[in-house]
Amino acid sequence: MAHPTATEEATTSGLAPFESWGRYPTYNATVRPLHWQGDFPGVLEGIHGGALAVGMGRSYGDVCLLKEGTLLQTTSMNRLLAFDPATGLLTAEAGITLAQILDFAVPRGFFLPVSPGTKYVTLGGAIANDIHGKNHEMAGSFGNHVPQFELVRSNGTHMLCSPRENPDYYAATIGGMGLTGVITWAQLRLKPIVSRGIDYEGIQFHGIDEFLDLKERYKHVEYTVSWIDCVSRGKNFMRGIFMLGDHSKDPGELKTSSKPKLVFPIEAPGFMLNRATISAFNTVFFHKQLKPHVKTVQDYEPFFYPLDAVLKWNRMYGKAGLLQFQYSLPWETAKEGTIAILREITNSGLASFLAVLKTFGDVPSLGMMSFPMPGIMFALDFPIKENVSFPLMQRLGDMTRDFGGRLYSAKDACMTPDQFKAFYPQWERFARYKDPALTSSFWERVTGQEGDR
Amino acid sequence: MSTSANPEPTLPTRRNTDPSAKAEPVIGPKRILVLGATSGIAEACIRLWAERGDSLYLVARNADKLAAVAADARTRGASYVNFAVVDLDKTASHPEMLAHAINSLAGLDIAYLALGILGEQPRAERNFDEAAAILHTNFVAPVSLLTWLSNYCAQRHAGTLAVLSSVAGDRGRKSNYIYGSSKAGLSAFLAGLRNRIDREGVKVITIKPGPVKTAMTQSMKGSEKFADVDKVAATIVKAIDKGQDELYVPGIWRIIMGVIQVIPERIFKKLNL
Repeated sequence: MAHPTATEEATTSGLAPFESWGRYPTYNATVRPLHWQGDFPGVLEGIHGGALAVGMGRSYGDVCLLKEGTLLQTTSMNRLLAFDPATGLLTAEAGITLAQILDFAVPRGFFLPVSPGTKYVTLGGAIANDIHGKNHEMAGSFGNHVPQFELVRSNGTHMLCSPRENPDYYAATIGGMGLTGVITWAQLRLKPIVSRGIDYEGIQFHGIDEFLDLKERYKHVEYTVSWIDCVSRGKNFMRGIFMLGDHSKDPGELKTSSKPKLVFPIEAPGFMLNRATISAFNTVFFHKQLKPHVKTVQDYEPFFYPLDAVLKWNRMYGKAGLLQFQYSLPWETAKEGTIAILREITNSGLASFLAVLKTFGDVPSLGMMSFPMPGIMFALDFPIKENVSFPLMQRLGDMTRDFGGRLYSAKDACMTPDQFKAFYPQWERFARYKDPALTSSFWERVTGQEGDR
Repeated sequence: MSTSANPEPTLPTRRNTDPSAKAEPVIGPKRILVLGATSGIAEACIRLWAERGDSLYLVARNADKLAAVAADARTRGASYVNFAVVDLDKTASHPEMLAHAINSLAGLDIAYLALGILGEQPRAERNFDEAAAILHTNFVAPVSLLTWLSNYCAQRHAGTLAVLSSVAGDRGRKSNYIYGSSKAGLSAFLAGLRNRIDREGVKVITIKPGPVKTAMTQSMKGSEKFADVDKVAATIVKAIDKGQDELYVPGIWRIIMGVIQVIPERIFKKLNL
């Protein structure tokens, strides 16, 4: 057709607030959807102030935000392109979500090689943040299962990236926070399953030594993760539940999951999250498991994605939003560092209930800027309290740096340029692969370029 | 605009069964021709048909987009997928394209017409070429396709012609009356066609979507509140299976348009709709 349609004409939709999962910070941006692989870089025509591809916006801080810029939302670019049931190799456009991949894969007897804590993230986002799951010791991170993808740069160059072709761009893009270009499609190696079931065990523990003993005893188990209580002191300091599971070997029905029906209805008022309610939650959670050791077969949904059952649960933290603190520490300092940092958190009285402790194995990540390192990983959500939360985050960030660890960019809203450069000393090498037209509020913050656009 | 006599060529058949045999319920995968296959609503329907193993022949004008839609359909499990890159504005090419498609599918159970453009109303108010282009793509081209297809189906006493019209065709409004009139013409054509060939055993289905969240509508005001395309597609696929004559989707639009249609013209002409 010779005439342009409304779609083909540059859209003029204006700036509007865009939220990440933590709902802090929130910046105005113009959203331009990518519907087709060929939409980028043409979509950049006429824009000012930089652009950034974004998927589901499930990272917590500002890694998926661009203040006063253009966000290229990829979620309509979600086609399946090929699947080989002999090898489990799936090719799909980058805006497909892991939930959509599971809907396709599970009835065919396949599963994600690495599952994060939510299935509502895109394939492109999973690569760009090189996400990890409960099987890091055995499987490494997400990028280890992505043999190749296509990267399109703002100058129109199409690059096939794999460990052999354009290996430097392959490494820079895995964990590259969307800054190296737009991933149009990617391949993912799925793994076979025979059942939706997970052979699950939950074991109560007290203190880090018991945690490390359990870790050692169950190192043959694929998935392990621990919930820990960051509120209790004294003899209950660092009590928790060590949760482990393997895909069930007994063949079971491989139906697709039903869609979640619960939505967290309102923004909870700030007073609902206080020491008393959180303490009560932690005690209930610890004793929910009545026996010190339970064994059962659980569906994969509650095992991998317990919070996905309630859509928009981040509203629980109210209007102000939440901060997540997530570190990995190397083995040399992991135990001493974890005790020191948890003591600082417990003493602050600011902890909430969603605290996770696990270990990272030594499968090397393929990404230049990947987060995992062999040792201990810990993650905790904090409600935002004026004048208290931010100084605490600074102290915790400094402690992480002094123990030789690093924070996770995908969860961060607080790290300083000095901290970032200590966590990721390779950042200048990475910057050489950055696409000049793409940037993020995170990148501008941690490289000290705020306001340069 | 080219005019075409739409002659129906004789079709060589690759099936063992006689395609002109009396209509009987189709067992197994359906043979579906999708015209305008890269439209958002069409693509969502294609995914559902592919997942249940139907055979698909897809037509659209952009080769890259069409290849991606076809790859998706194949991966999801369509029994057969083929496609043709064709500019459906060129009505002269319709008979050959349709004959080829039906050969390729070895028959036809459903033809789904989703071609259409929103156009630019303000421009079309001043520029006849813009208005004519909207009318051509949304009305003239479908009439050309349906003329050929209705005769093919009527002769065989079988088949379903499912066509995307719009609630915008139910009453002209100042914000989109060029698009609306193209769809009004299409709805009237379909009503007449149904009246003519329903008795021949051919189903004609008029689909009237309200605003749906797709690439076509992304620049419209309030588009984030539009209907979810996957839910709309599921409703359409079900209505086609049932052979429903007319479908408003989401269903609330039957009521909304019912109200809009009964407003007296002396009041209506003063409203800002």
